[in-house]
Amino acid sequence: MTERAIIKLVDLKPGQEGRVVSIDGGNRIVDRLRALGIREGLTVKKISAMILWGPVSVKIGSTTLSMGHGMASKIVVEV
Amino acid sequence: MRKILLMGNPNVGKSVFFTRLTGTQVMTSNYPGTTVEYIRGFMLLPDGEKVEIIDVPGTYTLEPTCKAEDVACEMLKESVVEGLKRGDVVVNVVDATNLERNLNLTLELMEKGVPMVVALNLWDEARHNGINIDLEKLSEWLGIPVVPTVGVTGEGFARLIAKLYSARAPKARKHSKEQRWKEIGELIGMVQTIEHRHHTFLEWLQDLTIHPKTGIPVAVIVGYLSFKVIRFIGEGLIAYVFDPLFEFIYTPMIMQASNWLGSTGFWHDILVGKLIGGQIDYVQAFGVLTTGLYVPLAMVLPYVISFYLILGLLEDSGYLPRLAVLMDNLLHRVGLHGFAIVPTILGFGCNVPGILATRILESKRERFIACTLISIGVPCAALQAMIIGVLGRHGTLPVLAVYGSLAVTWLVLGLVLNRTLPGFSPELLLEIPPYRMPPLKTVWKKLWWRIKGFLREAVPIVLAGVFVVNILYVLGLFEALANFTAPVITGLLGLPKEAVTSIIIGFLRKDVAVGMLVPLGLSVKQLVVACIVLSMFFPCIATFIVLIKELGWKDMLKSTAIMVVTALTVGSLINFLF
Repeated sequence: MTERAIIKLVDLKPGQEGRVVSIDGGNRIVDRLRALGIREGLTVKKISAMILWGPVSVKIGSTTLSMGHGMASKIVVEV
Repeated sequence: MRKILLMGNPNVGKSVFFTRLTGTQVMTSNYPGTTVEYIRGFMLLPDGEKVEIIDVPGTYTLEPTCKAEDVACEMLKESVVEGLKRGDVVVNVVDATNLERNLNLTLELMEKGVPMVVALNLWDEARHNGINIDLEKLSEWLGIPVVPTVGVTGEGFARLIAKLYSARAPKARKHSKEQRWKEIGELIGMVQTIEHRHHTFLEWLQDLTIHPKTGIPVAVIVGYLSFKVIRFIGEGLIAYVFDPLFEFIYTPMIMQASNWLGSTGFWHDILVGKLIGGQIDYVQAFGVLTTGLYVPLAMVLPYVISFYLILGLLEDSGYLPRLAVLMDNLLHRVGLHGFAIVPTILGFGCNVPGILATRILESKRERFIACTLISIGVPCAALQAMIIGVLGRHGTLPVLAVYGSLAVTWLVLGLVLNRTLPGFSPELLLEIPPYRMPPLKTVWKKLWWRIKGFLREAVPIVLAGVFVVNILYVLGLFEALANFTAPVITGLLGLPKEAVTSIIIGFLRKDVAVGMLVPLGLSVKQLVVACIVLSMFFPCIATFIVLIKELGWKDMLKSTAIMVVTALTVGSLINFLF
């Protein structure tokens, strides 16, 4: 049995999946992320991250999203 | 008249709907935020009633976060207040491949209490991806008609139109944000099932192009190939189509006209221009019927055709948002984020749509930076065609010098603006659409539409510009002006004082302005300086008007001041350093 770990979305490895636990940001960012499909309880898969703290791309359902590094570090996931 | 509002998330195909319903071509592409203004058109319903169709910019929620979304919310507000009396209907276009995310806006719209119909678009793609949606249950739960559609083929449109009659306001349900998401979650559980499908080739390519290790080389190759193909097609069209047309068909006619006008005199000079050794040099003659037609049709149009062909393919494939991800780092340095690459690329065709497209950027600060950088560092296709046409004769190096100077200026100015303007640049948050094969019919229609736009809007201004130049010469106004500005033009930029005429005309059309440099007999260095100054100095009048509209007078003046100072600084630096 593997340990459940709580990490930031940004720390997922490319190809790794995690379930969104919380989004620790201001209302604006939380609303925006939810509207684009990132919500608590959903499973996200990290696809890639640009070098030098560039945008992180994730897949959620059939949507692909790219978000800034800062935003991706505000999303907490469980793996 | 009743209004039908097409509303939905970005990039779900609203504009394709608009084109199909009204028969009026509007810009469509495969990236979120193609439509930044609302567009009106009309259609006749089967019973003969004429209704107004409005293509509303896409929005994820009814709480706007950028100017394009503002427009959408304003549109809806008007229809909620006035529309109930008129009988307005909202057609909520929903991406069937992303039902869950799209339903948020659907529920928000329902809360407004306007009669609506849901069009479940991209139905074919959803089926192909193994997504099954129970239409009956969905429609029953929402309490409004749901029609599956395929925008590009027109499937489902007859049913959709029929449903416009039975559209009625859904039961008003107010939710908190949390409740809304919870309900959507439950609803999705009831109506949607997904079969797992294996990775397709396009999906593999999709991942490849946003991975840094593979994405950056791919971007370099795409950029290089686009440039090569644009030049290849542009030059090919000039050498094998447009030049022969002018040489073998048009020149004999003009020579006749020249003889008939007496080979000299006021009207001859204005219409035909100056003959050199009894021959027509189309760039130097500067008559309305010679240079006035040759510049837009034989020098610029070929590149407009080739540029927009390649741009159309890139837009419709879905590659541009990936480029935005790759460019995000660089663009953050100049106070923008990755998606600003889209307005920038559009600016290389014409600055006007480029500046309009800055509405997809979130803050006023970003829009100011983006507009200023596009006006200064992004030469439009017409200007580039002329730079290549005029400077290219002296080899590749001078052309590269112009592009290099513009790129460095763009970067340095961006760094400075980012440091000096208050505020910060928001982070990128962008939906990456799947790759789609560009539908050739759409690409072709869009190209034709853009060519028509160029012919209709640019050619008359070029003709007027050439006419005005001739009149001003005859009146001797240019001479007075040239003497007045000589200290700057000659002293700082090292150009002959007459070059000021070209800079002034640059306000009308930059392509004509570059053409005016030719008779001055400039050295290669002077030509390079003049081309750079022309690119950076005031934007052309069309761009100027959108700048006022988009930035307001105050910021437009600020932006213009930056342009003038930058143009003079860079121009004199190159003059004195090399």
